[in-house]
Amino acid sequence: MRFMSIVTSPQPDKAPTPALMEAMGKLAEREIKAGRMLDMGGLMPIAMGGAQVRITNGKLSVTDGPFVESKELIGGYAIFEFRDMNEAVAAAREFMQLHLEHMPGWEGTCEVRVMATPGVDGACEAGIRAHA
Amino acid sequence: MTAADIHRTILAVWRIEQPRLLTGLSRMLRDVTLAEDLTQEALVAALEHWPVSGVPEKPGAWLMATAKRRALDDLRRRSMLARKHEILIRDLEQEQQAMPDPDAGLDDDIGDELLRLIFTACHPRLLREARAALALRMICGLTTDEIARAFLQPEATIAQRIVRAKRTLSESGLAYETPRGEELSERLASVLEVVYLIFNEGYTAARGDEWLRPQLCNDALRMGRVLTLVAPLEAEAHGLLALMELNASRTAARTDAAGDPILLMDQNRMLWDRLQIRRGMLALARSDELGGRGFYALQAAIVACHARAGTPGDTDWPRIAKLYAELAMLVRSPIIELNRAVAVGMAEGPAAALAIVDGLASEPALKNYHLLPSVRGDLLHKLGRAAEARTAFELASTLATNKRERELLKRRAAEAGAASA
Repeated sequence: MRFMSIVTSPQPDKAPTPALMEAMGKLAEREIKAGRMLDMGGLMPIAMGGAQVRITNGKLSVTDGPFVESKELIGGYAIFEFRDMNEAVAAAREFMQLHLEHMPGWEGTCEVRVMATPGVDGACEAGIRAHA
Repeated sequence: MTAADIHRTILAVWRIEQPRLLTGLSRMLRDVTLAEDLTQEALVAALEHWPVSGVPEKPGAWLMATAKRRALDDLRRRSMLARKHEILIRDLEQEQQAMPDPDAGLDDDIGDELLRLIFTACHPRLLREARAALALRMICGLTTDEIARAFLQPEATIAQRIVRAKRTLSESGLAYETPRGEELSERLASVLEVVYLIFNEGYTAARGDEWLRPQLCNDALRMGRVLTLVAPLEAEAHGLLALMELNASRTAARTDAAGDPILLMDQNRMLWDRLQIRRGMLALARSDELGGRGFYALQAAIVACHARAGTPGDTDWPRIAKLYAELAMLVRSPIIELNRAVAVGMAEGPAAALAIVDGLASEPALKNYHLLPSVRGDLLHKLGRAAEARTAFELASTLATNKRERELLKRRAAEAGAASA
């Protein structure tokens, strides 16, 4: 099963400490070597640019960043291949433990989501077909 | 957390840590079987302690420290029996004094150790099935029961296979070695073969209800990724990974809602997995850089032609035909030759393909293979030789073992019959 981990924090200005960067790098290397991590990436601070394309009341609107209203901002994501949710949570726990150790005072969330597998669980097959 | 939740968490952590525990301990003890026993013991210890004390902050380090302590106990008990063990104990004790931090052992580069472990599990002296079972157990941390379910075998059979394989390893002193240079490439072929066997076991069974069979694909993919990282200069390792990633990328499009197979040319390409295609293409590019023209690299290059084509009409058939020709030079197989004929038919027209197919008519291996007359019928049909096409489709329908396929071939025979009348 494929999982996406998304890290959000209410402190978007706080860049990771060098110690945390190193620890995360090691963890990422281990996960890649184990064949479990498929993709990963960090997101630049919103000051670098961003936009929200939104639908409300049946109308489409585009808002340029920065977005004062969003309290939590996504810092990075990773895509994993695990056997089950338990493995995914165990890995997220290990990842967050690094933050606890190497970036005291930081607060944030690592959200773990199961990625839809089109055709296999049928979750998004209909959606994709509709656009095809 | 309920007791069941904690058990699940422990198993998950153990699975993630298991290859590292096994490689670390194997290096220390130079004994894979003992290392595996200790890895299991660490799991049992976690099952005993964590429900009471909670999951430790660094579960991996906890498991490693526990296993090392047990290793030391075990060796102390047996130290009178062999001088070898005394040396090992000194090493271990010195190591523990030198670095009391149990975490330190986890930071070592395990790549080479893991490679050794893979070579051990896939030793050519073991039976192919035993190699596959041992690899799934040691590299992927699957239980005997899970392997048995995946291979649709009784658990006792698999358990016996693993026990026998381990005994062969320790009795013949084959355990734990990484060949170098020329020998590495030769032995790697056995490792790649096992990984591909595991992948195909899952891939061809993708229709089954049992999730563990498709899971075999993921386990093989994982092993393939590990191999390319620990043997980065081996073109065929990258070639196999590319082949597996690219084949797996089509999983969602391969069957319809009823579970029946959909042929490559009829698949909804929107359902192909882009991330997996990208990964496959990267692996193929790496294989190319290393001069990869082997069995897996060539097959991957063929599959890549399909992955690159946005629509069936965009398929680069001349390139596929060329790649099949190269593959046929490498492996003399009438099946590959038949595939080449299909590609040539698409690239150059049915007449050129028919010449190849007719050359295969006397192949004993294809005597009862329904796809030979089926392909022939299709080519004859395209050439407007309807009566001959009908005969070929009729022959094919009597040879087909799959009901759906048989019906399709009968229909085509009837159509050709109507056209010739």
